Amino acid sequence: MEYHINAPVSKEDAQKLKAGDYVYLTGTIYTARDAAHKRMKETLDKKENLPFDIKGNVIYYMGPSPAREGRPIGSAGPTTASRMDRYTPQLLDLGLGAMIGKGKRSKEVIDAIIKNQSVYFAAVGGAGALLSKCIVSSNVIAYEDLGTEAIRCLEIKDFPVIVVIDSEGNNLYETALTQYREE
Amino acid sequence: MIRTIRAEEITENIKEMCIEANHILSKDMEEVFLQSEEKEKSALGKQILCQLKENLDIAREDLIPICQDTGMAVIFLKIGQDVHIEGAGLSDAVNQGVREGYTEGYLRKSVVEPIERINTKDNTPAIIHYEIVPGDQIDITVAPKGFGSENMSRIFMLKPADGLDGVKESILTAVKDAGPNACPPMVVGVGIGGTFEKCAQMAKHALTRDLNEEPSIPYVRELEKEMLEKVNKLGIGPGGLGGTVTALAVNIETYPTHIAGLPVAVNICCHVNRHAHRII
Repeated sequence: MEYHINAPVSKEDAQKLKAGDYVYLTGTIYTARDAAHKRMKETLDKKENLPFDIKGNVIYYMGPSPAREGRPIGSAGPTTASRMDRYTPQLLDLGLGAMIGKGKRSKEVIDAIIKNQSVYFAAVGGAGALLSKCIVSSNVIAYEDLGTEAIRCLEIKDFPVIVVIDSEGNNLYETALTQYREE
Repeated sequence: MIRTIRAEEITENIKEMCIEANHILSKDMEEVFLQSEEKEKSALGKQILCQLKENLDIAREDLIPICQDTGMAVIFLKIGQDVHIEGAGLSDAVNQGVREGYTEGYLRKSVVEPIERINTKDNTPAIIHYEIVPGDQIDITVAPKGFGSENMSRIFMLKPADGLDGVKESILTAVKDAGPNACPPMVVGVGIGGTFEKCAQMAKHALTRDLNEEPSIPYVRELEKEMLEKVNKLGIGPGGLGGTVTALAVNIETYPTHIAGLPVAVNICCHVNRHAHRII
Protein backbone atom coordinates (compact mmCIF):
# COMPACT_ATOMS: atom_id res chain seq x y z
CA MET A 1 0.00 0.00 0.00
CA GLU A 2 1.00 3.59 -0.56
CA TYR A 3 0.07 6.33 1.91
CA HIS A 4 0.51 10.06 2.38
CA ILE A 5 0.56 10.75 6.12
CA ASN A 6 1.34 13.64 8.44
CA ALA A 7 4.05 13.98 11.06
CA PRO A 8 3.72 13.94 14.07
CA VAL A 9 2.23 10.50 13.41
CA SER A 10 -1.11 9.77 15.07
CA LYS A 11 -1.64 6.44 16.83
CA GLU A 12 -4.32 5.57 14.24
CA ASP A 13 -1.92 6.17 11.36
CA ALA A 14 0.85 4.18 13.07
CA GLN A 15 -1.50 1.24 13.59
CA LYS A 16 -2.81 1.13 10.03
CA LEU A 17 0.69 0.95 8.51
CA LYS A 18 2.06 -2.50 7.65
CA ALA A 19 5.62 -3.63 6.95
CA GLY A 20 6.28 -3.06 3.24
CA ASP A 21 3.99 -0.02 2.87
CA TYR A 22 5.44 2.93 0.99
CA VAL A 23 4.78 6.21 2.80
CA TYR A 24 5.23 9.89 1.94
CA LEU A 25 5.60 11.88 5.17
CA THR A 26 4.74 15.57 5.43
CA GLY A 27 5.04 17.77 8.51
CA THR A 28 7.50 18.25 11.37
CA ILE A 29 10.16 15.76 12.50
CA TYR A 30 13.30 15.91 14.70
CA THR A 31 16.82 14.68 14.00
CA ALA A 32 18.93 12.91 16.62
CA ARG A 33 21.81 10.50 16.31
CA ASP A 34 24.44 8.96 18.62
CA ALA A 35 25.62 11.95 20.66
CA ALA A 36 22.14 13.54 20.96
CA HIS A 37 20.68 10.25 22.20
CA LYS A 38 23.40 9.96 24.82
CA ARG A 39 22.61 13.48 25.99
CA MET A 40 18.84 12.88 26.02
CA LYS A 41 19.47 9.82 28.21
CA GLU A 42 21.57 11.92 30.61
CA THR A 43 18.77 14.53 30.67
CA LEU A 44 16.19 11.89 31.58
CA ASP A 45 18.52 10.41 34.24
CA LYS A 46 18.61 13.85 35.87
CA LYS A 47 14.77 13.93 35.78
CA GLU A 48 14.86 16.94 33.44
CA ASN A 49 12.71 17.55 30.36
CA LEU A 50 13.77 16.53 26.85
CA PRO A 51 14.43 19.44 24.46
CA PHE A 52 11.22 18.66 22.53
CA ASP A 53 7.91 17.01 23.34
CA ILE A 54 8.48 13.42 22.32
CA LYS A 55 4.81 12.33 22.35
CA GLY A 56 3.77 11.27 18.85
CA ASN A 57 6.82 12.89 17.32
CA VAL A 58 9.16 11.32 14.80
CA ILE A 59 12.92 11.02 15.28
CA TYR A 60 15.03 10.88 12.12
CA TYR A 61 18.46 9.31 12.70
CA MET A 62 20.44 11.75 10.60
CA GLY A 63 23.38 14.15 10.72
CA PRO A 64 23.45 16.38 7.63
CA SER A 65 26.36 17.78 5.68
CA PRO A 66 26.57 21.62 5.87
CA ALA A 67 24.06 23.60 3.79
CA ARG A 68 25.27 25.71 0.88
CA GLU A 69 24.02 29.31 0.74
CA GLY A 70 20.33 29.52 -0.03
CA ARG A 71 19.58 25.90 0.83
CA PRO A 72 17.84 24.64 3.99
CA ILE A 73 20.22 21.70 4.47
CA GLY A 74 23.03 19.72 2.88
CA SER A 75 22.95 16.01 2.08
CA ALA A 76 20.51 14.39 4.50
CA GLY A 77 20.10 10.61 4.36
CA PRO A 78 19.53 8.17 7.23
CA THR A 79 22.22 6.71 9.49
CA THR A 80 22.30 3.17 10.95
CA ALA A 81 19.51 2.89 13.53
CA SER A 82 20.93 0.02 15.59
CA ARG A 83 23.47 2.33 17.24
CA MET A 84 20.53 4.04 18.94
CA ASP A 85 18.95 0.74 20.11
CA ARG A 86 20.30 1.10 23.64
CA TYR A 87 18.35 4.35 24.12
CA THR A 88 15.23 3.66 22.04
CA PRO A 89 12.96 1.52 24.31
CA GLN A 90 12.94 4.28 26.96
CA LEU A 91 12.00 6.91 24.34
CA LEU A 92 9.25 4.66 22.98
CA ASP A 93 7.87 4.22 26.50
CA LEU A 94 7.76 8.02 26.75
CA GLY A 95 5.60 8.19 23.63
CA LEU A 96 7.98 8.45 20.64
CA GLY A 97 5.63 8.17 17.64
CA ALA A 98 7.93 6.81 14.95
CA MET A 99 11.54 6.52 13.86
CA ILE A 100 13.24 6.93 10.48
CA GLY A 101 16.61 5.29 9.91
CA LYS A 102 18.16 2.37 8.12
CA GLY A 103 19.18 -1.12 9.14
CA LYS A 104 18.19 -3.74 11.69
CA ARG A 105 16.76 -3.12 15.20
CA SER A 106 17.27 -5.16 18.37
CA LYS A 107 14.63 -7.45 19.86
CA GLU A 108 14.21 -4.99 22.75
CA VAL A 109 13.37 -2.20 20.31
CA ILE A 110 10.93 -4.37 18.35
CA ASP A 111 9.20 -5.40 21.59
CA ALA A 112 8.94 -1.73 22.61
CA ILE A 113 7.51 -0.83 19.16
CA ILE A 114 4.75 -3.42 19.66
CA LYS A 115 4.12 -2.42 23.28
CA ASN A 116 3.76 1.27 22.38
CA GLN A 117 2.16 0.79 18.94
CA SER A 118 4.88 2.73 17.17
CA VAL A 119 6.49 2.22 13.76
CA TYR A 120 10.02 2.07 12.31
CA PHE A 121 10.54 3.48 8.82
CA ALA A 122 13.57 3.12 6.58
CA ALA A 123 14.64 5.85 4.21
CA VAL A 124 16.96 4.80 1.40
CA GLY A 125 20.51 4.80 2.74
CA GLY A 126 22.98 6.73 0.64
CA ALA A 127 20.34 8.85 -1.10
CA GLY A 128 21.18 11.99 0.90
CA ALA A 129 21.08 14.40 -2.04
CA LEU A 130 17.67 13.15 -3.20
CA LEU A 131 16.19 13.16 0.33
CA SER A 132 17.45 16.70 1.00
CA LYS A 133 15.05 17.88 -1.71
CA CYS A 134 12.10 16.83 0.52
CA ILE A 135 13.31 18.97 3.43
CA VAL A 136 11.77 22.45 3.38
CA SER A 137 13.44 23.93 6.46
CA SER A 138 15.90 22.96 9.18
CA ASN A 139 16.50 24.63 12.55
CA VAL A 140 18.82 23.54 15.34
CA ILE A 141 16.72 23.42 18.52
CA ALA A 142 19.15 21.83 21.00
CA TYR A 143 22.74 20.69 21.62
CA GLU A 144 24.15 23.12 19.06
CA ASP A 145 27.69 22.32 20.23
CA LEU A 146 27.30 18.83 18.77
CA GLY A 147 27.50 20.27 15.23
CA THR A 148 26.07 17.79 12.75
CA GLU A 149 24.80 15.74 15.72
CA ALA A 150 22.68 18.59 17.16
CA ILE A 151 18.90 18.12 17.38
CA ARG A 152 17.21 19.77 14.41
CA CYS A 153 13.56 20.44 13.77
CA LEU A 154 12.82 19.69 10.11
CA GLU A 155 9.82 20.59 7.99
CA ILE A 156 9.45 17.86 5.40
CA LYS A 157 7.22 17.45 2.35
CA ASP A 158 6.46 14.08 0.74
CA PHE A 159 9.53 12.53 2.32
CA PRO A 160 9.69 8.92 1.00
CA VAL A 161 10.03 6.10 3.55
CA ILE A 162 9.20 2.41 3.74
CA VAL A 163 7.60 0.72 6.75
CA VAL A 164 10.14 -1.88 7.94
CA ILE A 165 8.80 -2.77 11.42
CA ASP A 166 5.09 -2.21 12.01
CA SER A 167 3.10 -1.98 15.25
CA GLU A 168 2.53 -5.75 15.19
CA GLY A 169 6.26 -6.43 15.01
CA ASN A 170 6.31 -7.59 11.36
CA ASN A 171 9.83 -7.03 10.02
CA LEU A 172 10.31 -6.40 6.30
CA TYR A 173 14.07 -7.02 6.53
CA GLU A 174 13.34 -10.63 7.48
CA THR A 175 10.38 -11.37 5.24
CA ALA A 176 11.73 -9.72 2.09
CA LEU A 177 15.01 -11.57 2.35
CA THR A 178 13.43 -15.02 2.24
CA GLN A 179 11.53 -14.09 -0.92
CA TYR A 180 14.66 -13.69 -3.02
CA ARG A 181 17.07 -16.05 -1.25
CA GLU A 182 18.41 -18.95 -3.37
CA GLU A 183 20.43 -21.62 -1.63
CA MET B 1 66.97 12.49 -12.13
CA ILE B 2 65.28 13.95 -9.09
CA ARG B 3 61.95 15.65 -9.74
CA THR B 4 60.78 18.31 -7.31
CA ILE B 5 57.10 18.56 -6.40
CA ARG B 6 55.88 21.36 -4.18
CA ALA B 7 53.86 20.39 -1.11
CA GLU B 8 51.25 23.03 -2.04
CA GLU B 9 50.56 21.15 -5.27
CA ILE B 10 49.78 18.02 -3.27
CA THR B 11 47.51 19.99 -0.92
CA GLU B 12 45.61 21.52 -3.84
CA ASN B 13 45.09 18.15 -5.53
CA ILE B 14 43.90 16.44 -2.32
CA LYS B 15 41.47 19.30 -1.69
CA GLU B 16 39.93 19.04 -5.15
CA MET B 17 39.80 15.26 -4.98
CA CYS B 18 37.93 15.26 -1.63
CA ILE B 19 35.27 17.49 -3.17
CA GLU B 20 35.15 15.59 -6.45
CA ALA B 21 34.88 12.13 -4.85
CA ASN B 22 31.98 13.20 -2.64
CA HIS B 23 29.90 14.60 -5.51
CA ILE B 24 30.71 12.48 -8.54
CA LEU B 25 30.94 8.70 -8.59
CA SER B 26 33.61 7.28 -10.91
CA LYS B 27 32.49 6.15 -14.37
CA ASP B 28 33.00 2.45 -13.67
CA MET B 29 30.71 2.64 -10.61
CA GLU B 30 28.02 4.47 -12.60
CA GLU B 31 28.15 1.85 -15.34
CA VAL B 32 27.68 -0.98 -12.84
CA PHE B 33 24.74 0.92 -11.36
CA LEU B 34 23.00 1.13 -14.74
CA GLN B 35 23.55 -2.58 -15.38
CA SER B 36 22.22 -3.49 -11.94
CA GLU B 37 18.75 -2.08 -12.65
CA GLU B 38 18.25 -4.70 -15.37
CA LYS B 39 19.45 -7.50 -13.09
CA GLU B 40 17.14 -6.64 -10.17
CA LYS B 41 14.02 -8.84 -9.99
CA SER B 42 12.23 -7.11 -7.11
CA ALA B 43 9.98 -4.17 -8.08
CA LEU B 44 10.83 -2.31 -4.85
CA GLY B 45 14.50 -3.09 -5.44
CA LYS B 46 14.30 -1.61 -8.94
CA GLN B 47 12.59 1.47 -7.53
CA ILE B 48 15.39 1.95 -4.98
CA LEU B 49 18.11 1.54 -7.63
CA CYS B 50 16.27 4.11 -9.71
CA GLN B 51 16.21 6.54 -6.73
CA LEU B 52 19.92 5.98 -6.16
CA LYS B 53 20.60 6.78 -9.81
CA GLU B 54 18.53 9.96 -9.48
CA ASN B 55 20.46 10.75 -6.29
CA LEU B 56 23.74 10.60 -8.25
CA ASP B 57 22.35 13.03 -10.86
CA ILE B 58 21.17 15.51 -8.18
CA ALA B 59 24.52 15.29 -6.37
CA ARG B 60 26.47 16.09 -9.51
CA GLU B 61 24.19 18.81 -10.85
CA ASP B 62 23.26 20.63 -7.61
CA LEU B 63 26.57 20.04 -5.80
CA ILE B 64 25.03 18.22 -2.84
CA PRO B 65 27.19 15.37 -1.48
CA ILE B 66 25.97 11.95 -2.72
CA CYS B 67 25.69 10.86 0.92
CA GLN B 68 25.66 13.02 4.07
CA ASP B 69 28.34 10.73 5.50
CA THR B 70 31.18 12.22 3.51
CA GLY B 71 33.44 9.79 5.29
CA MET B 72 36.82 9.65 6.86
CA ALA B 73 39.37 10.53 4.17
CA VAL B 74 41.40 7.45 3.27
CA ILE B 75 44.32 8.30 1.02
CA PHE B 76 46.67 5.98 -0.85
CA LEU B 77 49.91 7.61 -1.97
CA LYS B 78 52.35 5.84 -4.26
CA ILE B 79 55.44 8.00 -4.24
CA GLY B 80 58.08 7.62 -6.92
CA GLN B 81 61.50 7.21 -5.30
CA ASP B 82 62.91 9.94 -7.58
CA VAL B 83 60.51 12.56 -6.20
CA HIS B 84 61.70 15.28 -3.85
CA ILE B 85 58.93 17.09 -1.95
CA GLU B 86 59.65 20.73 -1.24
CA GLY B 87 57.91 22.79 1.43
CA ALA B 88 55.64 21.44 4.18
CA GLY B 89 55.92 17.90 5.54
CA LEU B 90 54.07 15.45 3.30
CA SER B 91 51.52 14.31 5.92
CA ASP B 92 50.84 17.93 6.83
CA ALA B 93 50.34 18.80 3.16
CA VAL B 94 47.86 15.92 2.76
CA ASN B 95 45.93 16.83 5.91
CA GLN B 96 45.83 20.47 4.82
CA GLY B 97 44.20 19.33 1.56
CA VAL B 98 41.59 17.35 3.52
CA ARG B 99 40.98 20.34 5.81
CA GLU B 100 40.44 22.73 2.89
CA GLY B 101 38.41 20.25 0.85
CA TYR B 102 36.00 19.39 3.66
CA THR B 103 35.58 23.03 4.68
CA GLU B 104 35.31 24.71 1.26
CA GLY B 105 33.33 21.79 -0.22
CA TYR B 106 30.55 21.85 2.43
CA LEU B 107 31.41 18.29 3.43
CA ARG B 108 30.52 16.85 6.83
CA LYS B 109 33.23 16.79 9.47
CA SER B 110 32.84 13.36 11.02
CA VAL B 111 36.15 12.77 12.79
CA VAL B 112 36.27 12.60 16.62
CA GLU B 113 38.71 11.59 19.34
CA PRO B 114 37.71 7.94 20.00
CA ILE B 115 36.84 8.05 23.71
CA GLU B 116 36.14 11.69 24.50
CA ARG B 117 34.25 12.01 21.17
CA ILE B 118 35.44 15.57 20.59
CA ASN B 119 35.14 16.56 16.94
CA THR B 120 38.35 17.77 15.28
CA LYS B 121 36.07 20.10 13.25
CA ASP B 122 37.95 19.79 9.95
CA ASN B 123 37.75 16.03 9.24
CA THR B 124 41.47 15.54 9.89
CA PRO B 125 43.49 13.52 10.46
CA ALA B 126 43.20 11.52 7.26
CA ILE B 127 44.16 7.85 7.09
CA ILE B 128 47.22 7.87 4.83
CA HIS B 129 48.79 4.77 3.30
CA TYR B 130 52.25 5.40 1.80
CA GLU B 131 54.03 3.21 -0.69
CA ILE B 132 57.40 3.93 -2.27
CA VAL B 133 57.58 2.88 -5.93
CA PRO B 134 60.03 3.39 -8.82
CA GLY B 135 59.64 6.54 -10.91
CA ASP B 136 59.27 10.31 -10.50
CA GLN B 137 55.51 10.72 -10.05
CA ILE B 138 53.02 10.63 -7.19
CA ASP B 139 49.94 8.47 -7.67
CA ILE B 140 47.08 9.67 -5.42
CA THR B 141 43.82 7.92 -4.60
CA VAL B 142 41.35 9.67 -2.32
CA ALA B 143 38.65 7.32 -1.03
CA PRO B 144 36.28 8.90 1.54
CA LYS B 145 34.87 6.02 3.60
CA GLY B 146 31.48 6.08 5.28
CA PHE B 147 31.06 4.23 8.56
CA GLY B 148 27.65 2.61 8.06
CA SER B 149 29.46 0.02 5.98
CA GLU B 150 32.85 0.34 7.71
CA ASN B 151 31.21 -0.80 10.97
CA MET B 152 30.10 -4.03 9.27
CA SER B 153 33.62 -4.98 8.12
CA ARG B 154 35.40 -8.02 9.56
CA ILE B 155 38.71 -9.82 9.93
CA PHE B 156 38.83 -13.61 10.18
CA MET B 157 42.09 -15.27 11.23
CA LEU B 158 41.41 -18.66 9.57
CA LYS B 159 43.48 -21.81 9.87
CA PRO B 160 45.31 -23.12 6.78
CA ALA B 161 43.02 -26.19 6.91
CA ASP B 162 39.99 -23.91 6.40
CA GLY B 163 41.26 -23.28 2.85
CA LEU B 164 39.30 -21.70 0.04
CA ASP B 165 35.96 -22.93 1.45
CA GLY B 166 36.71 -21.09 4.68
CA VAL B 167 37.47 -17.92 2.73
CA LYS B 168 34.15 -18.15 0.86
CA GLU B 169 32.25 -18.79 4.09
CA SER B 170 33.90 -15.74 5.73
CA ILE B 171 32.90 -13.43 2.88
CA LEU B 172 29.30 -14.66 2.96
CA THR B 173 29.13 -14.36 6.77
CA ALA B 174 30.34 -10.73 6.65
CA VAL B 175 27.85 -9.78 3.93
CA LYS B 176 24.95 -11.58 5.63
CA ASP B 177 25.66 -9.89 8.96
CA ALA B 178 26.01 -6.51 7.26
CA GLY B 179 22.63 -6.85 5.53
CA PRO B 180 20.64 -3.61 5.41
CA ASN B 181 23.04 -1.75 7.74
CA ALA B 182 25.72 -1.39 5.07
CA CYS B 183 23.47 0.36 2.52
CA PRO B 184 23.33 -2.35 -0.13
CA PRO B 185 23.95 -2.79 -3.00
CA MET B 186 27.46 -3.04 -1.60
CA VAL B 187 30.94 -3.29 -3.01
CA VAL B 188 32.86 -5.98 -1.14
CA GLY B 189 36.62 -5.54 -0.73
CA VAL B 190 38.50 -8.67 0.33
CA GLY B 191 42.08 -9.21 1.44
CA ILE B 192 43.43 -12.75 1.61
CA GLY B 193 46.82 -13.51 3.21
CA GLY B 194 49.57 -11.31 4.58
CA THR B 195 49.48 -10.41 8.26
CA PHE B 196 46.61 -9.01 10.36
CA GLU B 197 47.16 -5.39 9.23
CA LYS B 198 48.30 -6.13 5.67
CA CYS B 199 45.14 -8.15 5.12
CA ALA B 200 42.86 -5.31 6.26
CA GLN B 201 44.74 -2.82 4.13
CA MET B 202 44.37 -5.03 1.04
CA ALA B 203 40.62 -5.26 1.65
CA LYS B 204 40.41 -1.47 1.76
CA HIS B 205 42.64 -1.02 -1.29
CA ALA B 206 40.59 -3.58 -3.25
CA LEU B 207 37.61 -1.20 -3.02
CA THR B 208 39.49 1.41 -5.05
CA ARG B 209 40.08 -0.84 -8.06
CA ASP B 210 38.53 0.23 -11.36
CA LEU B 211 35.70 -2.26 -11.87
CA ASN B 212 36.68 -2.72 -15.53
CA GLU B 213 40.05 -4.13 -14.48
CA GLU B 214 40.44 -7.79 -13.62
CA PRO B 215 42.92 -9.36 -11.19
CA SER B 216 45.90 -11.04 -12.88
CA ILE B 217 45.71 -14.32 -10.93
CA PRO B 218 43.23 -16.73 -12.62
CA TYR B 219 41.82 -18.27 -9.41
CA VAL B 220 41.22 -14.80 -7.92
CA ARG B 221 39.33 -13.80 -11.06
CA GLU B 222 37.13 -16.89 -10.78
CA LEU B 223 36.64 -16.40 -7.04
CA GLU B 224 35.43 -12.83 -7.56
CA LYS B 225 32.82 -13.98 -10.10
CA GLU B 226 31.69 -16.90 -7.94
CA MET B 227 31.38 -14.78 -4.79
CA LEU B 228 29.44 -12.01 -6.55
CA GLU B 229 26.97 -14.64 -7.73
CA LYS B 230 26.72 -16.21 -4.25
CA VAL B 231 26.30 -12.83 -2.51
CA ASN B 232 23.51 -11.90 -4.91
CA LYS B 233 21.69 -15.12 -4.02
CA LEU B 234 21.46 -14.08 -0.36
CA GLY B 235 18.28 -12.13 -1.14
CA ILE B 236 19.27 -8.97 0.78
CA GLY B 237 18.76 -6.67 -2.23
CA PRO B 238 18.83 -2.87 -2.60
CA GLY B 239 18.32 -1.13 0.74
CA GLY B 240 18.18 -4.60 2.35
CA LEU B 241 14.49 -4.75 1.39
CA GLY B 242 14.83 -7.94 -0.64
CA GLY B 243 16.13 -8.54 -4.14
CA THR B 244 18.72 -10.01 -6.42
CA VAL B 245 21.27 -7.15 -6.43
CA THR B 246 22.97 -7.27 -3.02
CA ALA B 247 26.44 -6.40 -4.31
CA LEU B 248 27.70 -4.53 -7.33
CA ALA B 249 31.16 -6.09 -7.19
CA VAL B 250 33.48 -8.30 -5.14
CA ASN B 251 37.13 -7.17 -5.43
CA ILE B 252 39.85 -9.38 -4.02
CA GLU B 253 43.57 -8.85 -3.36
CA THR B 254 45.97 -11.54 -2.17
CA TYR B 255 49.45 -11.64 -0.63
CA PRO B 256 51.64 -14.50 0.63
CA THR B 257 51.08 -15.37 4.28
CA HIS B 258 52.68 -17.46 7.07
CA ILE B 259 52.62 -21.28 7.07
CA ALA B 260 50.44 -21.16 10.20
CA GLY B 261 47.76 -18.76 8.99
CA LEU B 262 45.12 -17.70 6.52
CA PRO B 263 43.88 -14.18 7.31
CA VAL B 264 40.78 -12.95 5.49
CA ALA B 265 39.57 -9.34 5.75
CA VAL B 266 36.23 -8.21 4.38
CA ASN B 267 35.87 -4.45 4.03
CA ILE B 268 32.31 -3.62 3.11
CA CYS B 269 31.49 -0.45 1.21
CA CYS B 270 28.05 0.89 0.43
CA HIS B 271 26.92 1.66 -3.14
CA VAL B 272 28.60 5.08 -2.76
CA ASN B 273 32.03 3.55 -3.36
CA ARG B 274 33.92 6.82 -3.76
CA HIS B 275 37.41 7.14 -5.10
CA ALA B 276 39.14 9.88 -7.04
CA HIS B 277 42.45 9.12 -8.72
CA ARG B 278 45.20 11.38 -10.07
CA ILE B 279 48.84 11.13 -11.03
CA ILE B 280 51.02 14.20 -10.54
